[in-house]
Amino acid sequence: MKKVTFKIWRGDAEGGELIEYTTEATEGMVILDVVHKIQATQANDLSCRWNCKAGKCGSCSAEINGVPRLMCMTRMDMIPTHQPVTIEPMRAFPRIRDLVTDVSWNFRVKQKIKPFKPRTPDAPDGTWRMQQEDIDRVQEFRKCIECFLCQDVCHVLRDHHKHEEFIGPRFLVYTAALEMHPLDTEDRLPELKQAHGIGYCNITKCCTKVCPEHITITDNAIIPLKERVVDDFYDPLGWLWKLLRPKG
Amino acid sequence: MATNYETFEYDVLVIGAGGAGLRAAIEASALGVKVGLVCKSLLGKAHTVMAEGGMAAAMANVDDRDSWKVHFADTMRGGQYLNNWRMAELHAKEAPARVYELEAWGAVFDRTKDGKILQRNFGGHRYPRLAHVGDRTGLEMIRTLQDHGIHQGITVHMEWTIVTLLKDGNRVVGAFGYDRERGRFKVLRAKAVVVASGGLGRAYRITSNSWEGTGDGHSLAYHAGADLLDMEFIQFHPTGMIWPPSVQGLLVTEGVRGEGGILLNKDGKRFMFDDIPDNYKSQTSTDPEEGWRYTQGDKNARRPPELLTRDHVARCINREVKAGRGSPHGGVFLDIAWIKEKIPNAAEHIKKKLPSMYHQFMQLANLDITREPMEIGPTTHYVMGGVRVNGDTQMSSVPGLFAAGECAAGLHGANRLGGNSLSDLLVFGKRAGEYAAKYAKESPAGKIDDAQVEEAARQALEPFERTGSAEGPYQVQHDLQTMMQDLVGIVRREEEMARALDGISQLKERAAKAAVHGHREYNPGWHTALDLKHLLTVSEAIARSAIDRKESRGGHFRDDFPEKSAEAAKVNTVISKAADGSMQLRREPIPAMPDELKQVIEEMK
Repeated sequence: MKKVTFKIWRGDAEGGELIEYTTEATEGMVILDVVHKIQATQANDLSCRWNCKAGKCGSCSAEINGVPRLMCMTRMDMIPTHQPVTIEPMRAFPRIRDLVTDVSWNFRVKQKIKPFKPRTPDAPDGTWRMQQEDIDRVQEFRKCIECFLCQDVCHVLRDHHKHEEFIGPRFLVYTAALEMHPLDTEDRLPELKQAHGIGYCNITKCCTKVCPEHITITDNAIIPLKERVVDDFYDPLGWLWKLLRPKG
Repeated sequence: MATNYETFEYDVLVIGAGGAGLRAAIEASALGVKVGLVCKSLLGKAHTVMAEGGMAAAMANVDDRDSWKVHFADTMRGGQYLNNWRMAELHAKEAPARVYELEAWGAVFDRTKDGKILQRNFGGHRYPRLAHVGDRTGLEMIRTLQDHGIHQGITVHMEWTIVTLLKDGNRVVGAFGYDRERGRFKVLRAKAVVVASGGLGRAYRITSNSWEGTGDGHSLAYHAGADLLDMEFIQFHPTGMIWPPSVQGLLVTEGVRGEGGILLNKDGKRFMFDDIPDNYKSQTSTDPEEGWRYTQGDKNARRPPELLTRDHVARCINREVKAGRGSPHGGVFLDIAWIKEKIPNAAEHIKKKLPSMYHQFMQLANLDITREPMEIGPTTHYVMGGVRVNGDTQMSSVPGLFAAGECAAGLHGANRLGGNSLSDLLVFGKRAGEYAAKYAKESPAGKIDDAQVEEAARQALEPFERTGSAEGPYQVQHDLQTMMQDLVGIVRREEEMARALDGISQLKERAAKAAVHGHREYNPGWHTALDLKHLLTVSEAIARSAIDRKESRGGHFRDDFPEKSAEAAKVNTVISKAADGSMQLRREPIPAMPDELKQVIEEMK
């Protein structure tokens, strides 16, 4: 058994600091185990979020040695331990206490996106028909566990704090899942361009790199949405078509 | 001094935002009443996300021989006929509509070749019946309900915990709790309250449940005067991870076996063929080749014994381990990699069908399931027992108090079939929301009793005042979990359970002294201290019920009474709180089943 030193950010909205804890790391331990062990034995009031401990709920997001990750899916043997391991809260969101941040902005953003609106059912019994190959892409987007690590790493939010003008990678993926849903009939392109600020994304792909569900956020969701916005608003033939097409 | 608290007014208050709570809130809101929804975590993080295999509904998309009657009979057989037959009937009849409704709200299920919702095989279900999305069906369900629900005018209070229900006479009229972020007290006044708080796996050391599964709804309802039913029936899921230690208990979906995975002991023997219960003999294969064909969709093949009910598979694994035929870390092997002998591109096939499992083992155990067998063992997964409810309305024995989902009892009897939980959440979540809204419309607002609020607040703050004690709540919780695991676990004996009852009394005393440091803001030590009351309550209910049932059936196995008893088959176990505060147990005869349902069971034998 090996003793490892951790520096965990402790504090609240007013401020805080990295506090050192030393504990033993055993085989197969993940960072969340370490936090729990310290919580149970050295700091009962150390705050963190977690639920499933299996990478399925997206609650235990944090920055480990500066990298946004799920604590439950970060094995101790994946990170160097010859120097102290730092565990800090996500930086793109206001701090509440210790490793817990205020992610409520994400819930408000989602509420503003127009919900799913299906076409009339295909069959008399009120059901629809879809082919598997037509939903593969949407199913990729729907793997999202809402850990908000992509939001945390996105420089538009993290460094430029454009929370009022840009919905961030998570909600571009959410919008893409709705827009590419074979049954959906809603049009979300005007908002994407304006209020949701898709133009802010300059395709650095940081979000794709941190996604624990390996969703190809930039290539499969954001770029196709950008193309749709361009086609809709900047294509002169498209304009002409919209003017002339029969209504209704 | 009067307690400082914020007050909220609702027609219907829903406690818990997993599948059942969300569905209840959506239904109540659709009926035009004001709905509040309280959850201990962030919205969308409830334990429902962990459900993997799918939701059972007799849509007959894959095998047109399926119908509500077959589903009903399968559920009753799985539950060993202790089920509330009315709930089993409603569940089988209404589940398909609830699945289609999810699709109308945006869920994207895997498809059949002709574009319908695909259905997969699962333990105890005669035909392929589980609508699914790979092995992340729970996530699909909760996200669909969440994304639909946020546009229905429901007020959601995230990261709030309810400590006690408030009563006006014999009626429940609200709840008292706190927000985890600031630790400030809240009084939620409501004409009807739905508890949909999930399970109680955290009463055990090895469990698939997250920290939230502390039996809150069971305990809140019990202390408010509601009956608890059949609390001895706990499902130990046969396949939990056992290595490395930090992931012990984490679920490995039954879908692995549904896709052809087999169980082997250390000698490489498929031991499940050794013990096939009589009532399943006619539908279980004794030939490995036939079993394989079943998993690949051959309608004429019978299922392999790995897909027998969970209680049975868990006990067979336990037997192999005790006989010294277990794997290095005290479990057995679950092998899906072997299917490469049968199909080309097996590795890709496994990754496509079981993506979460592939990643879970790769990331947490550094093991590639397309090449090597997994080491697995039983884990505390689900409680069949819970709040006793009316099968149609989901109202408990206390007026104004409803329960739905895992914290309610009845549908599953002595053992739940895999896939029947997600459909349970939807069918009875909807019903609870519907009847709670109806009740709220017909009832005047109750009166909140200040004395009850003051007492709840005093008790909640007590842990901070115990500065003299050296012991914190974590140690008490840990000792309770270890004791329940050892003494009221998968194989039970009278004298051990009696010891557990003594142990629970001692732990209650220790819990009453456990000290908490720091302040009220996001303090997990304090939260743990308050959850202890629930854990101790449900542990006592489990132990008392398990001592009283002197037979083995479903999720309750007695080493000292290893057989089923014809007498015990006729009764449910009922727990209630006596006037003096003590826990009382009584047996009640199972209501007689109507002839038409009896006939369905006969036809399906």
